Parts: sequence; structure tokens; C-alpha cells
Amino acid sequence: MSDKALLVLRDGIVFEGENFGSEGETIGEVVFNTSITGYQEILTDPSYKGQIVTMTYSQIGNYGVNEEDIESIGGIKAEGFIVKEALDFPSNWRSKISLNEYLKKYSIVGIQDIDTRALTRHLRNHGAQMGIISTKDLNPESLFKKVKAHPWISAFDLVKDVTTKEQYQWTEGCWKWCSPPHPPLAKGGQRRGSVVVYDFGVKFNILRNLVEAGFDVTVVPAQTPAEEVLEMNPDGIILSNGPGDPQTVTYAIENTKKLMGKKPIFGICLGHQILGLAMGGRTYKLKFGHHGGNHPVKDLATGRVEITSQNHNYCVDIESVKGQAKLTHKNLYDGTEEGMQHVELPIFSVQHHPEAGPGPNDSAHLFKRFREMIEGNIC
Amino acid sequence: MPKRTDIKKILLIGSGPIVIGQACEFDYSGTQACKALREEGYKVVLVNSNPATIMTDPEIADATYIEPLTADIIELIIKKERPDALLPTMGGQTALNLAVELAENRVLEKYSVELIGAKLHAIKKAEDRELFKEAMSNIGLEVPKSAYVGSMKDGLESIENIVFPAILRPSFTLGGTGGGIAYNIEEYTELLDKGLKLSPVHQVLVEESVIGWKEYELEVMRDTKDNVVIICSIENFDPMGVHTGDSITVAPAQTLTDKEYQRMRDAAIAIIREIGVDTGGSNIQFAVNPENGRMVVIEMNPRVSRSSALASKATGFPIAKIAAKLAVGLTLDEIPNDITRETPASFEPTIDYVVTKIPRFAFEKFKEADPTLTTQMKSVGEAMSIGRTFKESLQKALRSLEIGSYGFEEMNASPSELKANLKIPNAERLWYIAQAIRDGMSIDEIYRLTWIDPWFLNNMRQIVEMEEEIKGSRGQGVKGSSDKMTSSLEPLNPRTLGPVLRSAKEFGFSDRRVAALIGKTEAEIRKLRNEIGLRPVYKMVDTCAAEFEAHTPYMYSTYEKPFYSVKVSKGQSIFATANPPVCGKDSDALPPLNPPLTKGGQGGVVESEANPSNRKKVVILGSGPNRIGQGIEFDYCCVHAVFALKELGYETIMINCNPETVSTDYDTSDRLYFEPLTIEDVLSIIEVEKPEGVIVQFGGQTPLKLAVPLEKEGVKILGTTPDSIDRAEDRKRFKELLHKLNLKQADSDTAMSPDEAAGAAKKIGYPVMVRPSYVLGGRAMEIVYDENSLLDYMKRAVKASPEHPVLVDKYLEGAIEVDVDAISDGIDVIVGGVMEHIEEAGIHSGDSACSLPPYSLNKNIVDEIKKQTKAMAKELNVIGLMNVQFAVKNNDIYILEVNPRASRTIPYVSKATGVPLAKLAAKVMLGKTLKEIGLAGEKEIRHVAVKEAVFPFDRFSGVDTILGPEMKSTGEVMGIDEDFGTAYAKAQLSCNNRIPTSGKIVISVRDEDKEGICDVVRQLHNMGIEVIATRGTAQHLKNKGIDVEVINKVKEGRPHIVDLIKNREVNFIINTVSDAQAQRDSFSIRRSALQYRVPYTTTVSGARAVVNAIEMLLKKEISIKSIQEYHKNENNQ
Repeated sequence: MSDKALLVLRDGIVFEGENFGSEGETIGEVVFNTSITGYQEILTDPSYKGQIVTMTYSQIGNYGVNEEDIESIGGIKAEGFIVKEALDFPSNWRSKISLNEYLKKYSIVGIQDIDTRALTRHLRNHGAQMGIISTKDLNPESLFKKVKAHPWISAFDLVKDVTTKEQYQWTEGCWKWCSPPHPPLAKGGQRRGSVVVYDFGVKFNILRNLVEAGFDVTVVPAQTPAEEVLEMNPDGIILSNGPGDPQTVTYAIENTKKLMGKKPIFGICLGHQILGLAMGGRTYKLKFGHHGGNHPVKDLATGRVEITSQNHNYCVDIESVKGQAKLTHKNLYDGTEEGMQHVELPIFSVQHHPEAGPGPNDSAHLFKRFREMIEGNIC
Repeated sequence: MPKRTDIKKILLIGSGPIVIGQACEFDYSGTQACKALREEGYKVVLVNSNPATIMTDPEIADATYIEPLTADIIELIIKKERPDALLPTMGGQTALNLAVELAENRVLEKYSVELIGAKLHAIKKAEDRELFKEAMSNIGLEVPKSAYVGSMKDGLESIENIVFPAILRPSFTLGGTGGGIAYNIEEYTELLDKGLKLSPVHQVLVEESVIGWKEYELEVMRDTKDNVVIICSIENFDPMGVHTGDSITVAPAQTLTDKEYQRMRDAAIAIIREIGVDTGGSNIQFAVNPENGRMVVIEMNPRVSRSSALASKATGFPIAKIAAKLAVGLTLDEIPNDITRETPASFEPTIDYVVTKIPRFAFEKFKEADPTLTTQMKSVGEAMSIGRTFKESLQKALRSLEIGSYGFEEMNASPSELKANLKIPNAERLWYIAQAIRDGMSIDEIYRLTWIDPWFLNNMRQIVEMEEEIKGSRGQGVKGSSDKMTSSLEPLNPRTLGPVLRSAKEFGFSDRRVAALIGKTEAEIRKLRNEIGLRPVYKMVDTCAAEFEAHTPYMYSTYEKPFYSVKVSKGQSIFATANPPVCGKDSDALPPLNPPLTKGGQGGVVESEANPSNRKKVVILGSGPNRIGQGIEFDYCCVHAVFALKELGYETIMINCNPETVSTDYDTSDRLYFEPLTIEDVLSIIEVEKPEGVIVQFGGQTPLKLAVPLEKEGVKILGTTPDSIDRAEDRKRFKELLHKLNLKQADSDTAMSPDEAAGAAKKIGYPVMVRPSYVLGGRAMEIVYDENSLLDYMKRAVKASPEHPVLVDKYLEGAIEVDVDAISDGIDVIVGGVMEHIEEAGIHSGDSACSLPPYSLNKNIVDEIKKQTKAMAKELNVIGLMNVQFAVKNNDIYILEVNPRASRTIPYVSKATGVPLAKLAAKVMLGKTLKEIGLAGEKEIRHVAVKEAVFPFDRFSGVDTILGPEMKSTGEVMGIDEDFGTAYAKAQLSCNNRIPTSGKIVISVRDEDKEGICDVVRQLHNMGIEVIATRGTAQHLKNKGIDVEVINKVKEGRPHIVDLIKNREVNFIINTVSDAQAQRDSFSIRRSALQYRVPYTTTVSGARAVVNAIEMLLKKEISIKSIQEYHKNENNQ
């Protein structure tokens, strides 16, 4: 029988469960993700830095962990993991190790055998909040004190923890079976474009999709000055996804201001929020965020609905960038902003994740759209 | 896009009778579609030959035709109704095939009817193997390599492109006869040679084997704007090689990574686009090689299906309803999600539980059938269950099946038997796997024998390991026998058993299984659970894994651990929703700080989302998985009970576990609990809901069995009391009752041993009908003509004992059987319908055709039957429905059976008369009088409605088509017209038994029938039909002055009767047999008739009805009339 573990939320709710993964203690913002598959991608997504993830699906670990489906180097980025039942007998031809071993390898504390549906309903009704998982301190009151004393997630610039230290080139395309079913994006003989990706915690799948879209990809650290990037003279610039509150990454906002109008820009998730702030707009926090792979997003230009991969707690208030950008995508669940386009400049951005990983590939065409925007711009 | 205004009237085709492969899931989808279309303001015209459906209720469509599902009949309907559009995707393969026929013979064009949902080209592309293969190759997807082969030469060429092992499937053989797997060229040529000979069209499909690959299904929906969503993914527990309808299936898919799932999702989207299904749902099946992930597309159904019904119930997303709305031009984002209300239908449901479906089989009914599970579907029903984990869901599904299993009971099997039962897929394989684990076989070995994914097997291993923990927890020194239901003397120790019990319940163990493991009774375990506060909680099926608030109380039970707050002091609730504390005796007192870490149950609250209301409410127990003898008819009755109680202002609570049905549509009742129908699961719900009473009389035997145990627990049973039910079911008490009323019964006796049986039979006089007591659907019931057969029966079929006596009844040979349905409020009794069977008494009433009103009985007899019915209803103090079976012989009336509950014939009688008996009965059960609800008297009808049974014989190779006292039919049809002959002809046509009006009829009857057949032959001759008879029959006819052509029996040399059938020179066959030898001799006649689709009858009474039908068919053109018209005319009388 596994050891005991406790989860205590900032509002004092206590769940008693069993430990899996590593032993220890961890604090983070507790959020729930409604994807049935994709725990490996979720755990390695740098956007989950500072957060403890609870999976709403009850059977986790089924297919183990493989070598291909990682979204960042250096292993797991989430602070902790909460599941109803962690199955420790992975079954999949690509599986290399079990989830339990993977969590242990990266010293990530997990808790299982709690009512994750009750936890999810609690977070839905009371909002995402800080929480602590511990296997060494089993006193709920003491854990409650610790989590109360801990600052909220918005107090930190989490980007600096996850961005690359060095600039690098990325050349790998999509895994042969994860490439979207769309026709090849770059036709034979067509010249390859070049993009610079600002790494605020970039997911590898963004880079893979850019390669598929016919780009030479250079990834630069989050703090890279705009001037340096412009000197590299790329065809376009990507502002990547990343963790935390966009208002804490002031340097990125400033750099973005300098890049606007100089180069075509495509923002994804945190990158989208940074664009909003760079335009002088404001961002706001959602009660419990969007984390999952089933949110319908409507492309307002075509009327088409795409099922999207979502992972964000903040949104851009589209009213605050009125005159500069117009709303292009809307979330059909709660009507929140999902994408915008600059009224004059070749800049667009989306709140959801066109790169999927995990989640549907419905929006993968946005990489092609970026390519077309660049080509239109070059002409 | 707004809905279309250029169409006003839409024709919907139902799926016809319940057969293997097409069951009540199409009543569910069709009913949803009708409701959805009318909600949008369209007029709906419906045609379906199955009267036992909710969809054919007169309120569901604007015009309802209970008519044969043939292209010419539908053309008549189109001509009369002039619909603008035809929606072909709601009635299974039947509707789809008819739509194709109507399109290809240009009927649709002629009457300007547009196909909506799926166009002809899309249907063809999905259904035609070659076109489908080509389409898949266009979008870069693989299908298993295959070829149709018409000769050995072809076959040898084709095999070069197909790697071994190869599967061979001869075309159009019954039950997949002659198919097989070839692992090498030698086996291949042998199988091919055999297959080519067996196939009536000399064609064999040769296919690359994907047996043992992982099998998946995706349910896809598309709208006119090309938005596509996946509603549900399903992973089959049984790998490729077992038909998905016969497979245990699990939702969602369990062993695919996100990349692999998305690849499949992308493929599914590409497929629905490439095939060109405009709008609606499709089901797409994939196979994945477990070694390397290679994915091939198996097939696509461009329509709603059994899987889509399952997916709808599994996710809460009503596929058929949405598909109907998409078909008229609405888009997914324009349709709200009923469950969350605020979010649109353009999303993909996500779930936080596991759904398991297990099929239910009926091999015990077809002893000669091969019980191996193959690519040909053989199951007759299914149960679905929901649990938070696969383990819980699987174990709940076991007890939902109602096959006497409450967990993984031990199987007695030698190691070699065990291996054989693992290797060859069969209905009990699940239990054999558990036994193999128990016996120490490694998961790896089990995997290599079964190819069932190790993930599933490892979960089963955990269940078996938990059994050991349970056994180990019963305390020191107690040796409880694990298979006895009697209690051991040792008291239960909550301290040792409590924590284990909690874990066991989380794993889905039933109280009964736990009890069996530790030698206790179920009641003792229940008591212990209640003492330690270990009760299930209810979670919602909400389409969104709790991301949004759900408004539709669609629930399942689970066991969860409590949680608590460090901040809140005693007595305060921290929860926004008023959750009743479920666990812990002092659970309103929140736990003290720093509570001891226990395995739960010591404090805090367990969150339950049941939120029972304070309304007056009634629980209706459903009928569980479909089986032969208990099918859609009972679901129909339960649904009517719900409708009736809603009308009376009650909150209705449905408990059922059959995913195919209308009753488990969350739209039907106010609250739906998708739960097994066992005393444990039902009681737990009743404890939470506290209803005024429970209705057990509408769902067949399943809920009826619970009547007495529930009453014992203090639950109020509404309507006729369990004691009255027992008075009718208990032989002794029933005999006394009949004696009191001075009514007649065939002589009968009870025997505890073969000797006693022989004695009884001698006293009563042969022939006698023998059967075990308390059986359903006439199981193991036989008619024996002499002592030898009787003793053989006693040895073979039953184990007689004082607890399980055998019933011996005088068999009333040649008697006419009559069914009566009546309704009583305790004061008045009104007869709903008197039905005269066409087949004689002795053939199970569920298998017999019958006519309402009676077609040959005289009025005096019918009046006397009604009088007797009323007397019995009064004596039994029936409140609600009652069914009586009579036998009439030489103007004497015998009572065969009385059932004070809803019968199989209720929907048929209701459709025939326009009186909704079940609905009225439900109101009566809640205290209304018949006068109050406006039922003044019996309804006289001026038309005739004939019910005919439909059989699954063509699914099972080696099974005879002879009818007997054991019920074998899966479904029924109704033919309705102005006269008996035409109504009978329509009923036969609805069963694909087209009665000929010219050509040749072959007759071969047993000696007892030779006199009776003379008139039949004379009449056939008069109508210009040629009669051919076997020697004995011909000789008898000749003696009577009737000359007919003689044909050899099979053993008499060639050309013989089977040659005639194969050469398609016969239009109808009349074949009756008496003893077993004759039955064996003539078996090949009936079998070839089945294979070559020659209509036949196996009784003389059936033959007479056929003559009657031919007469009417020759006299007048077949015409159609809607149910609404039939009943309107009568109301105007």
C-alpha cells in the first residue's frame, strides 16, 4: 500500500489520498485539466510552471511515458500532479517507463485516490487557488498555514524559470503520426521562410509545426532585446506560450512594442496576452481558467468552429485594444476572447494552442496562415 | 445557418423488428429524431413495422404507418403523404438500404423527395467495399488488404497481395458458415474450395487478418458548415476478430496516447469529409497493431448506430437528436447542449468516469448453435455501466447483465479447458480470464492467448487480488466457504473488514460477491456497510467533467473518499451546493483538526450530486439488458409509466442499465440513475430518493424479482401487491384460486424426480409439457409424447430436486391459444384486447403470430374468456395490468397462465386499439380509477391487427427453425388492415416472408396434419397455385382425390426437395414435423429455405392463415393507412 499524502487548498479544504510519484512537498496553483489523453504533454508543458495539475479523467498512466511526446527539455514543468487513480502498468507500444517512474525521476509529488471530481467542482465554484501536496507533513493545519503563507502565482515572473538560456536552431518536424492531415504546408521548391521564436516557455509542438510550415526556426531567450532579433532579420516572429501572469513579463511587453510594425508577428497564448499588453491593453484573470482539449472556438471570419487545445488563466480584454486590434476568435463556452488581429499591421494572435500537443489539430492551419501573412508581407 | 424552410414534411424510416444487430437503439434514435424535428416545426411521417416501439406511438409523429418496410409500401406512403425529404440515417441498415433502393428506382426523384443527412453517393461510398477502399486511399489511409474471389484461380492470384494469416468469408452464408483463417497456402486453398462451394453466389472475401489488433471506434458528427466533432472514443476489450456488438467495449479509449488518439481523430474527420456525409453522425472503426501502432480503417457507418446510442448514453450527448437537427440545416454551434444549457453542441464531450458495455447472449436457447464469438454478431442485448474507474465499471457491468453473476465467480475448468476458453472467444471468457489469474497464469500468457490489452488484464488482476484481501479480512480462524450463501457463525468485524470493504466497494465489488467470498450473506454485508457509513454517492454524467454546472440529473453511483475543511467549525457547511453528508454517522459535524489519517469514513463529507427533491416521486424499475423473452416491449411499458406519472405531477425516477433504450434517455424521466437492477443498487437509490413507491410491474421479470425483497426492506410496491403476484405465480396457490372461481386448468402435477415425473405423466396422459418451475420465456420447456422422451428430458434438461421441482402439464394438443390483456383499478376490469394465436397452444406465446380481434373464435367463447379474465382480476385484486393466456379446445376454455403485470403484448394491443394501456395502468396504480381517467369500456375495433414474431435463426448455423414451447424470437412486427388475410400478409411481409400469389408451394407434413392440409391444398389449387408434396403427403392427398406433383425427400434420392429450393423453383414451403427423427430428416429443408430466403411455415394453422392471405392478396391491391387514421375513424363511430 502506498504512503499517505495530503492535499490542502488555500481555502482550507483537505483531501486525504495516497502518494504516487515522488515523495515530498510541493506548492502551486491548483488547476484542473479536462483532457482525457495527453498527461505527458501536460506535465512537460512549461506553461504549467508554478501549477499543480489535477486531471479530471480518472484513469491516468494507462499508456506510460514515451520518448517522443515531450513538450520541453528538462522534464516535468508542473509542480505536482493529482489524479483519481494512477495506473502503474502502462500498455502502449511506445511506452518506455511508467508515469510513476517518470514523476519520481523528476522529483514530482503526486497524490491519487482522492475525489478529483469533487476537487474540480470546488475549483469551478471557488476558483483556482494555491494548494500544497505533502507526504512528509501530514498535519492539515500545518500545511494550511504553509499554503496561506505562500504568495499567489501572479507574484512571480515564471517565464525566466523556463525560457532557454541559449539561442538555438530547431529543425525537427512533427512526429510522423502527429502531423496534421492538411496538405503539406510548404510546397516543393518553395523557399523556406525564417522565424525567430521568443521562448517564454515554448512547447516543442509549436516549433515542430513551424518546421512543417516551411520555416527555419531560431529560438531565443525571453529577455533577448528586440534589436538583436531585428538584426537577425527573420521573416516573422513568434511570441510563444508560457506560464504565469503576463503582466510580470514587462521586458517582453517592451520588446514586443519595438517589434510591432517591423516584422509580422504571431502570438500564442502568453504571447497573445503580451501582444495585448504591448498594444496598451489590459488582461484579466479567469476564475478557473481553460485547461483542456475540447473547447469550441469560432473563427469569426469564416464562421467555422474549431475544437481547440486550451491552457490559460488570463485573457486579453478586447475592448482595451479597440482601434488597434479586432477580435478574430471567440470561445463558444464562455464568450471569452480567443484571438485577435491588428487592424493595420501583419500581427495576429490566438489564446488557444494551434500546435495541439495535447489536443486536437483543428487550428494547425494557423501556422500556414502565418506563412501566408509573411508571404503577403514580403510581396 | 438557420434551419431550412424549403422543406416542411420529413419521412423517417424505422428499423423494423428487433433482430440481432438491430435492437431498440433505433427506437431510441428514431424517437429522438421525431421529437427533434417536430420541435423545429416540421411535420414528420414515420414508417416502422415494429409496434413495440415508442416511436410508433401516435403522439410521436404526425402520421405513423405501421406497415411493412419494403420499397413498394414506402412508395405508397410517399405518394400519399408527399414528404419533401427523407431522413434515412435513423433506422439502422434497414432504413439505409431502403433509402438506397428508393433512390435507385427513382421513386424519390419521381415524387421530389430529397435525401437529407446522407446522400446516395455518400451511402454508397461508405457501404461499397471497393468504393470505400478507394476513398480511403485518396486520403492516405490504410484499409486491410482484401479481394473478392470467384474461383480458385482468382484466389491464388489475390493471395499474392495479401499476407498470411488471411481471413476467408464466403458471401451470403448463414451465420458466417464456412469462414475461417488460413495461416498458410495449404489451409488457404482448402478453405477457399470449401467457401466457394458453400456460398450461394460462389464468392469468397479474402482479407488480410487483423485478428488480435486493438479495436477502436469513434463517433463523429458533421454539420452543413463542415464543422466536425468527435463525440466519443470507444476501445474494445475484445480485440479484432469479435464483432463489436459482441465485444465488451469501454469508453473512453484507454491505451492511446494523445498523439495516437489525435491521429485517429484526424483520420475520422478526413473520412467523414471524404465519404461526404453532409450532416449527422457516423461511426468509424479502426484497428491498431499493438506491436507498432499501424492503424487501418475497418469500416464506416454513415448513420446512427448501436455504438452511437452507447456513446450518447456514455457521454450525455444525444447524437440522434442533434443529427436530426443538423439534417435540417442547423449547425452545431446553433444548438444548445441540454445538459449545461449555456454551452453549445459544437464541442467534444469529455468524461471523468469509465463506461463498460457487456453484451448478453442467448446461446442457451440455441443449443445447436456454435457459441464461438466471431465477426458475425450473435448477442441479443447489452448492459452498460458507469464507474469512476474501469474496475468499478466492469464489475458493475457484470451484475447489470442479470445472468446470475455478481462478480468474477470461480469457474471450474482444467488448465487445458481454461486455455481453450481464453483462446477461443466466448460469452464467458471474462470469467475464465479471472479464473486464469486466480490460478496463477501470468498476464503475459493470458495476453498471448487472448490478445486482450494487458491494461485491461492488469485491472482484472487487481480485482482478483482484492478478492484475496477480502477473504483475508474475515478475521482469524474463520473458514467461510466461498461459494455458499449461508452465513457463517462468526460475527463480522468492522475493524478488519471495514477498510478492506471500502477498497472493495471502490473496485466495484457487489455486497453479494463480498458476502460469497467470506461466507456471509448479502444482507449482513449491507448491514455492516450501513453501520460504518459506507454508502455509494451519485455523480453526474454531464458531458464536461464538471467544468460547467449540469442541469440534467443523469446519475451513476460510485464510492468516493470524504474530504473536509480545516477552517470550519462544527455544524457549518462550507459547500456552495447543499450536499448532504453521505458518509460518517456524525457527518454534519465536520471533523476536528488534525484528524487521524484513516482509510476514510471517519469524518468529512463525501460529495454526492444526487440532490434529491422534495417533490412527490415514484421510482420505475426498468427491464435491464434485452434478452429473448424480455425486450423492447417492457421498455415501452416503463416509458409509458414515466409519461403517465409525469402527467399526474409526480417526479419520475428511472433506474435501468440498458443503453439501447428510450427509458435510459435522460430526456425521458425527470431523473435517471444508470445503475444495475440488483437489490443492493436499487435500495441505495431508494434510500437517497425516498420515493412514495416503486413500480415493478412494467419491466418484466427483472424488476418483478425485486418486488418481494424490496417490500421486505419496507419499500412500497405500487399497484398489484407482491402477494397477488405470488398468488398467480405459485402453482399451488393459483390452483386454489382457479378452483375457487370454478375455472378450468389443464391437468398438472409437480415432480421432484424422474420417477415422479413419469408417474405424473402417466396419470395426466401423454402428451405432456414439462418445464422447470420459475422460468422466463419458456426456457427448457418441452412437449413429450412418451415416457422415453420424458426420461430423456429429465436426464438432459433439468436437475429436479425438492427446491427445483419440475412441472408436468397436460399438453392440450391442437388447442387454440388466446392472450388477453386487461386493466383493473380494483373496482372495474376492462379488457384491452383478446388475441387469438395463429399457431396452436404449445408454441410459446411470444413466438406465435396472433390476431386482434380473434379471427376464428365465436363470440360466445370470446365473451366467456372476457368474463373469466374479469373474475380473476377481481379475485387477485389487480391494480394495473394483467395478462391471461387461455387455451380453447372443443369449446372448453382452459387457463394456462395469469400474470398480473405488463405483458409482452401491451404495446401491440395499444397500437392496434389506440388505447395506451400501460399509461392508463400506471395512473391506476397511483390511485386513479378507470372512470377518472376516462376509460369507460372496451374498445371495439373494425380493423384487424396481426402480430408476427421474428427469429434469429439465420444468425446461427446448425439451428432448426421449428417452433416449440421455448421462446426463440427476438422481435415482432404488426400488420394492420381491414381484414385478417391482408393483415396477416402484411405481417409476413414485414418479416421478409413474402407470401406468393402464384408459383409453387412445397408441402411436407407429419401424419397428424395430413388430414388438415387437404383443405389447404384444395384452396391453393383453386387459386391457381401449383402444389408439390413429398411422397407421404402426396399419397394422402391422392387418396382424398387431390393430385399433386411428388418430390423426393432428401434421403430418397435426387432431384430432391433441397435441389428444388436451391434452384429457386419454390415460392413457399409448408413443413411440419412430429418426432425428433423426422425433425432431423427434414432439417436440411428448413435450413435451405432459410438460406435461400424461401418463405415457410412450420404449422398447419400457419398454412391456413397463408391461404387466407393469398386469397386477399389476389382479391385487392395492398394499401396503407396511418395509425392516426385508423383510430380517428373509430373515435368518430
